[in-house]
Amino acid sequence: MIPVLLISIPLLSGLITFFLKNERTIKSWALLSSIATLIVSLFSLGMLSGNGQLQYDAEWLPLLGSRFSVSLDGMGKMITLLTAISFPVIFAATYKNSYSKPGSFYALMLLSQAGLMGVFCAADLLLFYFFWELALIPVYFLSSIWGGEKRIQVTFKFFIYTFLGSLLMLLGILYVYYQTPAHSLAMSQVYHLSFPEGKEGYLFWLFFIAFAIKMPIFPFHTWQPDTYEQAPTAVTMVLSAIMVKMGVFAVIRWLLPMFPEASQNMSHLVILLAVTGMLYASLIAIKQDDMKRLIAYSSIAHIGLMGAAMFTSDPAAMQGVMFQMFAHGINVLGLWITVDVIEKQTGTRKFSELGGLAQKSPTLAILFVTMALANIALPLTNAFIGEFLMFSGLFKYNIWLASVALISIILAAVYTLWMVQKVFYGDAAESKLPVVILPAGTRLMLMILVIVILVFGVFPQPMINLTSDTVTKLIAQIK
Amino acid sequence: MNTIILSAVFGVVLMLSGIFIENKSAFKNIAAVALAILLSLNIAESYGFQIFRINTGVFLHFSKFGFLFNSICLGATLLYTILSGRDIENVGNHVAEYFALIFFVLCGVGIVTAYTNLLMLFIGIEIISIPLYILTGSDKRNLKGNEASLKYFLMGSFSTGIMLMGIALLYGTNGSFSVDRVSREMMPLTYLEALGLILIFVSLSFKVSAAPFHFWTPDVYDGAPTVFTSFMATIVKVAGFAAFIRLFESRYGNMGGQTDRLIAVVIVLTLAFGNLTAVFQQSVKRMLAYSSIAQAGFMMFAVYAVNDAAKEGLLLYAASYCLATIAIFAVLVKMEDYSFEGFNGFAKSEPLLAGVLVVCLLSLAGIPLTSGFLAKYYMLSAAIKTGQVGLLVVLAVLFAAVSVYYYFRVIQAMYFKEGNVVYPAVSVSYKFTLVFIAALIIALGIFPNLLLQFLYF
Repeated sequence: MIPVLLISIPLLSGLITFFLKNERTIKSWALLSSIATLIVSLFSLGMLSGNGQLQYDAEWLPLLGSRFSVSLDGMGKMITLLTAISFPVIFAATYKNSYSKPGSFYALMLLSQAGLMGVFCAADLLLFYFFWELALIPVYFLSSIWGGEKRIQVTFKFFIYTFLGSLLMLLGILYVYYQTPAHSLAMSQVYHLSFPEGKEGYLFWLFFIAFAIKMPIFPFHTWQPDTYEQAPTAVTMVLSAIMVKMGVFAVIRWLLPMFPEASQNMSHLVILLAVTGMLYASLIAIKQDDMKRLIAYSSIAHIGLMGAAMFTSDPAAMQGVMFQMFAHGINVLGLWITVDVIEKQTGTRKFSELGGLAQKSPTLAILFVTMALANIALPLTNAFIGEFLMFSGLFKYNIWLASVALISIILAAVYTLWMVQKVFYGDAAESKLPVVILPAGTRLMLMILVIVILVFGVFPQPMINLTSDTVTKLIAQIK
Repeated sequence: MNTIILSAVFGVVLMLSGIFIENKSAFKNIAAVALAILLSLNIAESYGFQIFRINTGVFLHFSKFGFLFNSICLGATLLYTILSGRDIENVGNHVAEYFALIFFVLCGVGIVTAYTNLLMLFIGIEIISIPLYILTGSDKRNLKGNEASLKYFLMGSFSTGIMLMGIALLYGTNGSFSVDRVSREMMPLTYLEALGLILIFVSLSFKVSAAPFHFWTPDVYDGAPTVFTSFMATIVKVAGFAAFIRLFESRYGNMGGQTDRLIAVVIVLTLAFGNLTAVFQQSVKRMLAYSSIAQAGFMMFAVYAVNDAAKEGLLLYAASYCLATIAIFAVLVKMEDYSFEGFNGFAKSEPLLAGVLVVCLLSLAGIPLTSGFLAKYYMLSAAIKTGQVGLLVVLAVLFAAVSVYYYFRVIQAMYFKEGNVVYPAVSVSYKFTLVFIAALIIALGIFPNLLLQFLYF
């Protein structure tokens, strides 16, 4: 029943939000609904896997062999928790922002949360596809209506890209369907199929391209920086904290167990692409003059590492990917929130126009620097644990590739510290920027995020325990 | 049988009532009531309630598929009449005749969903076509409409000639007009038979505007009064596919891969022409004309595969395509400016109608949660089931991605661009019907069994 609640609470409250008129009511309603989802999600953490409450199964499309089947395992709990945390944080941190047509804005936000929850809970391939697309539609409207100047073309490019990927995946799903002995799309049925000679490779690519576009992995990443830049920052948070994890999640949930052999064969190529992307994105990030674009490129680099680690079939690396999905979500959320505050109050995101903010707003500086350090994956921050595990797996896989990938950590330090320096230090007297005052809600949320970063940085075990069942099962399936 | 006879009777009644009834708006209500009666009697007949017990023997065979197809066409026409009845009145003075012609078309639809005899196919197609030539030219003072009508008539009669030739060849080799799987089931076709079949295929392709026999479509759809374009592009087009399916599920479908290649080529051409040309249109009406060609390409998959999934898929496709297109045309017909820019800022002035349009456009584009997605899914599923497609389905989904481009242009214009649309005041029932259509599209997108259960009971 828990997964159904996770999907239906945001869905129903989102639909209701369309009809609300008063801006304050809408904001409190959205916040309330997202907190309700968070409570349900926290509740699920205490349950052991195999608990009946974590599953739900009902008749849906008998003619197509598809059932409405949702369930949560360790990874599912972790990623739904991330989703459930992100939305109240986003709503609270951007509480002071006002949008034209607030009812539609918050309604679409909640609908996208429903779609994301569906993706993470689905235990049926067609159901997964349904939610995969549904999560996209609200985001398309959000970015196109409330985004920046070039929003229409940019968002449309993003939409076409992902839609094309999804369609290819749809073909893959159809083909898999006819390979299953019972003509079913249930998760248990589509794992461990044996495919005719040479077919598995094609199928692998049909699915992988869809997921690679979403993550994004080089060379399918070109939609991402523009979209992040043009989307309203609240939507960028959803995109980069949760939506890109859909790709990582989908590879682990579907691609690796469905096509273990092809994944093994292709791993070299995929890891090579991912590592190339890491270096490429890091180098471009150094040259950026816009906070949003810099974080966007840094995000590509981080996701690239996850993409590489996933294909090493090493338990430690896999554990690292799980951990890093959560950690990256939290860190990037914090970065975006500060970007949003700075942009709203100074009116610019450009490094060339910013400077000296630390003297005027020291609290913001402390919070931001902590998150920036987490972005570099310094010890004591949560990202260190994840990246360390991933690199250890990558080293076992191939020492040369791992060494090249490590360069990106150095580059991450370069561009992140450069950003800190440009934005917060420098001559304050010279700049005529106003003092950045953190609204109470934003300050609280940033503090919570920083605490989460530090707590998981020194005490990662609970999170590792949470997802260990998924990792063990997955490794057994791949081997 | 109920549908065939009663729709002809209602047609005649409507035509004659034009002499006595002065009030133009009465016809719309008469037609709607008559359609409701036809629809309910058609459903009743699928449960075994026949008014006319006629032994149609070797000419017609009524199957559940045919009944369901009729129900979809009749239901769609009913919604069409409720939505666009007022606009039909604005076309010209002979309102009674327009409605009568629509009923005659429905009579033809009833025949082509049930024929087992090539003569009946011919009669059915002609009964459908001739009223359409008239409807296309019904706006007598519009030169473009006259041109479209004449063009349609000339090309249509030519294609009829081709069909007759094909039928004659088949008759010549078999000595029978029957299409059923009775005799010579697995025998290879003779040359004359194959030629005859190809000629019929060409002629039917013309009727459903499959490339390369589609050239009449944009001109005719653009030239005809917009209300009738809506009717032609939806109900009439899907009826053509019913005719197709019945021909190919008979023994003529079993030609051992020979037709497959031909149909595959037609599918790819249709998808390519329809989608790529639609991208460059500036007028929404013309875009819809090309989009209807593109959608026909997807429906051709049913003819390609001819299995259970294909028949289910065709029914779902017919329903979702008709619903979405009728709703879009119903909104379009009241617009002053048919270009994409004409829709700028539409969401601000008419939020409800814009919302309905979004659902319809998403359905045409094939986004999940709308029936259009499941329809496409069924079609691809049917094709993959045959086991020898590969490139064909990959091309199909690539073109489906292209189609997103032009459908979303309308959404972009409505929601993301500024503009002032002056939209005439519309009645509550009009809005209600549109919302009903949107709800139906979503309901079918989640539970296609609402419709498909009628195929199995």
